[in-house]
Amino acid sequence: MDERIVIVGAGQAGGELAAGLRKQGYAGRVVLLGDEPHPPYQRPPLSKGFLLGKAALTDLYLKPLATYERFDIELRLGTRVEAIDRSTCELALQDGSRLSYDKLVLATGGRARRLRLPGLESATLDNLFSVRSIADIEAMRAKFVAGNRLVLIGGGYVGLEVAAVAVQLGLRVTLLEAAPRLLARVTGPEVSSFVEQLHRERGVEFRLACEVQGLELDEARRQVRGVRVVRDGVPEQIDADLVLVGIGLVPNTELASGAGLAVDDGIVVDEYACTADPAILAIGDCANQPSAITGGRIRLESVPNAIEHARVAAATLMGKREPYAAIPWFWSDQYGLKLQMVGLSAGYDQCVTRGSAGGKEFSAFYLKDKRLLAADVVGRPAEFMAAKRLVASRAEVDVTRMGDAAVPLASLVA
Amino acid sequence: MPKIKFIEADGKEHVVDAQEGQSVMQAAMDNLVPGIVAECGGFASCATCHGYVDEAWLTKVPPPDAAEEGMIACAYHVRPNSRLTCQLTVTPALDGLVVRLPLSQTSE
Repeated sequence: MDERIVIVGAGQAGGELAAGLRKQGYAGRVVLLGDEPHPPYQRPPLSKGFLLGKAALTDLYLKPLATYERFDIELRLGTRVEAIDRSTCELALQDGSRLSYDKLVLATGGRARRLRLPGLESATLDNLFSVRSIADIEAMRAKFVAGNRLVLIGGGYVGLEVAAVAVQLGLRVTLLEAAPRLLARVTGPEVSSFVEQLHRERGVEFRLACEVQGLELDEARRQVRGVRVVRDGVPEQIDADLVLVGIGLVPNTELASGAGLAVDDGIVVDEYACTADPAILAIGDCANQPSAITGGRIRLESVPNAIEHARVAAATLMGKREPYAAIPWFWSDQYGLKLQMVGLSAGYDQCVTRGSAGGKEFSAFYLKDKRLLAADVVGRPAEFMAAKRLVASRAEVDVTRMGDAAVPLASLVA
Repeated sequence: MPKIKFIEADGKEHVVDAQEGQSVMQAAMDNLVPGIVAECGGFASCATCHGYVDEAWLTKVPPPDAAEEGMIACAYHVRPNSRLTCQLTVTPALDGLVVRLPLSQTSE
């Protein structure tokens, strides 16, 4: 009988792995299980083109259904896995059936972190949303009409992208952030203020360093009417027609921990995407892996990571050993402006900027010992590409020339 | 249905049926052509769909815009006929297009 690789999770990582195995000539069976009714799709457009109504559902699909059929990838949608039985190498599915595997790959992704507020657990609210899946966007779309008051909880990329779409559609937007600045977890203060100004100019209102204390519900406890916050000890109620929570992602690790696999902010894997069980791998948002860059461990939530991790897992499953080595990068689109970020800025001792917050172009380079650790680039794709190479090379750079916007960054690349 | 021939760096050829209106990148993705990674999904944000448009076809595709040129300038293994395949739209006029793929789309 053919060897069977079962992939749990038909997101970007799972879909990429299934395709990657066939690209590499894997001849056994490939089964891709997804709990949503959709084939693998792109998530980034959910908070941009799809929410704006400019991208059709099928535009989101990474590959048409026919491709899976043609390349003999057994795509089973609407299928939830309940448990892993490692002793028999079987999965227990929600419909009561069992599915055996020779190799199992967990690509279970993550779910939107929920707002924890007293009294909220029991309420099912019609106008409280998060942005993670096609279903989430479809649920909120009817509320995305001009004049509606949107309160966003969380000043990360998802919240900001939604804010950009919402003001373009004519909604009145207030964004609440617990930290004193936007994007505090992922970028430096220079970029935070650039992004804040970008949004303020277009009418987004901010409440920074603000603590959410509760939601004001209607009598039937079905609708949020407002959000109660406190800032500098001053309470305020912000009225809302809809509320969107964008406060991060929780990795889906329950299957792994239920099967006795190590979990520590993600399913623990080595540089080849392997768990301690030689038959089980984990990839993408749900996996916590060693980082060649930091020397520690890291869990990355990004499309490039999902793709690279799938490539590593495909190599492992094909009997090759190709450790994860890619430089992390990420992008965001707001108001048609391209924000591109590369590297990890933690531990930088110098920040060099180009451009100004007043313009539409801006770059921030984060250095340590004159080596580029990371960069945030707005509207200058060539600088992003050059920065990507500089981060990868870890070479010392001429900081004076780096700060001179008249010097093309490409000329610093060896 | 326009046909596109992708040639991997090691010479392996893939002739695929492309859909009019889709990008050359998507045609490669739909047909599992190795060598095009497409990390950003076709938004000219990453240059991992870099390919070389065969010289005979260069005049038949619209020239790159400034953003694409900027991305390509700092990509790896660049040649004068380098393009981002996500920025090339499949039309009947491109039936028979030949695209060669660089040695690697990753950053080593």
